[in-house]
Amino acid sequence: MRPATRRRAFLAAAAVVGGLLVWGMGGLPPAGVYNGPYGLVLNQVAVPERHATNVVAAVTFDYRGIDTMGEEFILFAAVVGVAILLRTMRGEAEHEPEEEVRGRDVPGTSNAVRVAGLAMLGPIVLYGIYVVAHGHLTPGGGFQGGVVLATGALLVYLSGEYVTLRRVRPVNAVDRAEAAGAGAYVVIGLFGLVAGGSFLYNALPLGTTGELVSAGTILPINVAVGLEVAAGFVLLLSEFLEQTLVLGASGRTGP
Amino acid sequence: MPALAALPVAVPLLVAAALVGAGTLLRRRVADIVAIVTAATVTGFGAALLARTLHGEAVVWFGGWTPRSGIALGVAFAIDPIGAGMVTLAGLLMTSALTFSWRYFETVGTLFHSLMLLLLAAVAGFCSSGDLFNMFVFFELMSVAAYALAGYKIEDLGSLQGALNFAVTNSIGAMMVLSGTALLYGRTGALNLAQIGVSLASAPSDRLVVVAFLLLLVGFFVKAAVVPFHFWLADAYAVAPTPVCVLLAGLLSELGVYAVARVYWTVFSGPLEQHAAPLHALLFAGATLTALVGGVMCTLQHHLARLMAYATVSHVGLTLLGIAVLEPEGLAGAALYAAADGLVKAALFVLVGILAHRFGTLYELELRGRGRELRWAAPLLVLGALGLAGAPPFGTFVGKALIEEGAHGAAHWVAALITVVSAMTAGAVLRVTGRVFGGWGPRSLGGRDVASAEEAHRQAAEEGEELRAPRSLVGPSMIAPVLVLLGASVAIGLVPGLSDRTVVVAARFVDRAGYAATVLGVPRAAPPVTAPVPHGGRLVAAAPWAAAAVALAFAGAWAALFANQLPRTIRRRVRRIVVPAARGLRGLHSGQLGDSVTWVMIGTAGIGVLLAATLR
Amino acid sequence: MKPLEYLPYLVAAWLFLVGVYGVVTSRNLIHAVTCLAVAQSSTYVLLLAIGFRRDATAPIFFDVPLGTRAVDPVVASLALTDVVVGSTVTALLLALAVQIHKRLGTLDPNELRSMKG
Repeated sequence: MRPATRRRAFLAAAAVVGGLLVWGMGGLPPAGVYNGPYGLVLNQVAVPERHATNVVAAVTFDYRGIDTMGEEFILFAAVVGVAILLRTMRGEAEHEPEEEVRGRDVPGTSNAVRVAGLAMLGPIVLYGIYVVAHGHLTPGGGFQGGVVLATGALLVYLSGEYVTLRRVRPVNAVDRAEAAGAGAYVVIGLFGLVAGGSFLYNALPLGTTGELVSAGTILPINVAVGLEVAAGFVLLLSEFLEQTLVLGASGRTGP
Repeated sequence: MPALAALPVAVPLLVAAALVGAGTLLRRRVADIVAIVTAATVTGFGAALLARTLHGEAVVWFGGWTPRSGIALGVAFAIDPIGAGMVTLAGLLMTSALTFSWRYFETVGTLFHSLMLLLLAAVAGFCSSGDLFNMFVFFELMSVAAYALAGYKIEDLGSLQGALNFAVTNSIGAMMVLSGTALLYGRTGALNLAQIGVSLASAPSDRLVVVAFLLLLVGFFVKAAVVPFHFWLADAYAVAPTPVCVLLAGLLSELGVYAVARVYWTVFSGPLEQHAAPLHALLFAGATLTALVGGVMCTLQHHLARLMAYATVSHVGLTLLGIAVLEPEGLAGAALYAAADGLVKAALFVLVGILAHRFGTLYELELRGRGRELRWAAPLLVLGALGLAGAPPFGTFVGKALIEEGAHGAAHWVAALITVVSAMTAGAVLRVTGRVFGGWGPRSLGGRDVASAEEAHRQAAEEGEELRAPRSLVGPSMIAPVLVLLGASVAIGLVPGLSDRTVVVAARFVDRAGYAATVLGVPRAAPPVTAPVPHGGRLVAAAPWAAAAVALAFAGAWAALFANQLPRTIRRRVRRIVVPAARGLRGLHSGQLGDSVTWVMIGTAGIGVLLAATLR
Repeated sequence: MKPLEYLPYLVAAWLFLVGVYGVVTSRNLIHAVTCLAVAQSSTYVLLLAIGFRRDATAPIFFDVPLGTRAVDPVVASLALTDVVVGSTVTALLLALAVQIHKRLGTLDPNELRSMKG
């Protein structure tokens, strides 16, 4: 179709679909009213049954743990997929982009940026670990904490230390960490199968509500997920960054 | 039982993670063997599940969260023979695909095997799940793995385009599925299929039910490539590497139809049963359109993989026809047809892959006459064509017979449609066989319609698609999968009494109250659905139609190959009708991303208006 | 008062349609992928709006007593899954866009022609 025809056809169809959606959503209870049994029941029983004060985490990693396993593997599949799609093709070599830069002076990163970035690295990593570990108590969990950890790697790049990043990120270790995180979830599930009779059964001691080590398997799962997400996003980051490798004259990355 | 239900999902996931973790430590052959063994194991699990569930669904609650007074707290797998059959089919297809890739890929990292196993795990989970959001999660896992695998050949620009179109269009479909799920959750406060069904059944259909049904239907139709949501399929399936196509064409498209059936009968049959007539008509129309458009486009193709891709579209239409009758016989027929047809299509894709591997090209004209050195492939292609046409003893014959029987009043129209469409797809394959192996048919195709194919041919040559050097000879690891797949399809057709037993299974599938009782552990709300009385006449009644399909297929192939021998006036008259129509139809299938998405929106609008007008 | 009460749902519908419109009329693949992400965000809004309760707190009972009126935890979990899924699909699509740019030199979807057969 020609672009103009396409736009007109689309707008007409979208108007109809929009009308249908609005009409259909009128059948929902108004926003702010929630009557459904699922959430209400869980809000009541999750804390006493699972000794986890973060009910969302209890839902994500225990009641609906198999969904989260699938979700973790979606991330895993996407990282593997990106690695496949961005693999080096025949005849493609990592060349010094100075040929592309063509005489333009690539400024190095300023010292202030570098210092600030590296100074923030420690607290961010610590914060990430905190979010992962306390997922069953306070807002957070493996996914959120894992992403925070991955931004530590991004910070290293932004503060101009891409070369350091490559040295610190030996491909195999991060790959293995990601695979370990993903595999650990399944292993915990199998452990539940063996120890409790159903896959992903929460077979570890539940401990006292409010303590760091409590809520049974939710904490180990959080750690596994955090590891996988952090490693996965670092891999994604480096795959994309390698596509745009710009090494300045001094061997440091440029903006 | 809990172990058996979870393992088809857990084992491939674990092995996939392990393969990536081991990475470069593993030699390629080791990875191949590990992957093949895993896929075979999943096939075994599926078969065991099939045996276990023949007399009742297997319900497994993850994490030990059993429902309380009808409220599901956890996620359940509710496996019935149809779901277990699809798991077995997936395992078999994956084992064949991985065996084929032993030789097909010169070098491939473990990442390929990992993605394939992830795909397998996702399919197993999707077919076993009894929870709507859980189905969505496995649906997305399946899709993400498929997008990456479709774009595997990154040197081909066509691959990247096809994968992009595939990914964007299917993502929009997935969003619609999720939105429909959210709407149902807002109304019923449940995500478990049985629980939603129980909750909806207590009230008549209203606007929310209609729109939720629309969204779920359209989302799954995009995956299944029902017209007009099919524009992404040919571009994606034609460029994916052959082992991937085996799965995409053999199974993934039918899963969309399976999902529609599952969701309809467990969730929507309560409020929508009274409106069966308009729903029946709508599904019927969609199935017919898909089957015809797919069939015609199939005959117009001269690129073998695209030809098979359109054959997939048209046969999805035929499968949907079985669902459209909204009866157990039709459903049973659709299930058998999907399984047997998936196996045949997979075998044909493998044969196409062998041709590509040996000759480096998939354009019919280029391959003309060159098939002589692979003589043994010709009878296999003919067998595949017979399977597509639905000839006995293939399982497709039994499936077709059941679908035709299920149509009751409209049986003759349905039979005629199935005959014509399967003749079109089978005829296209026969034409290809004749041209490639017999060297028959015109050397070049005159007429403006196919000059575009030659021009595209030149364009593809410039883009480097033809630069693959012919490889070494075809090995047994490439031939064995074809034999196994064709054999399995025939085996389905030869099992005595299979059609009757499948009808009994289907009667349980459509029994919403029974499903809810089994899954939620509550007493039945309505009397059980009695299975229709079996009678053996269906196969006999279907035989003449099958014979007609085979005859038409051969006639069509002959006409295509030897058209030049027909009198000139007939040729000119036919050309005057066919060429503009063909050009118009081809023009619609431009392969542009914006077009496929626009058609999705147009289709949603159209179906939505029809549903809104009739389903309340 | 009806439109205001249903405002979040209207926003979700709008986001979806606008996002898909962007995908259809886009002339740059990166823009198209971002529009797809916008369309995806409509599902987050829809889910969270459905589970919302007026005058309720988060379902985290670390420092509020059990039994306090709280919003639905299930939709929060679903939305989390949805966000992860959406971001991973975006990553895949961007990788495809990068490769297409390398091969074709352009990011214009209209330049991508189907292979004829």
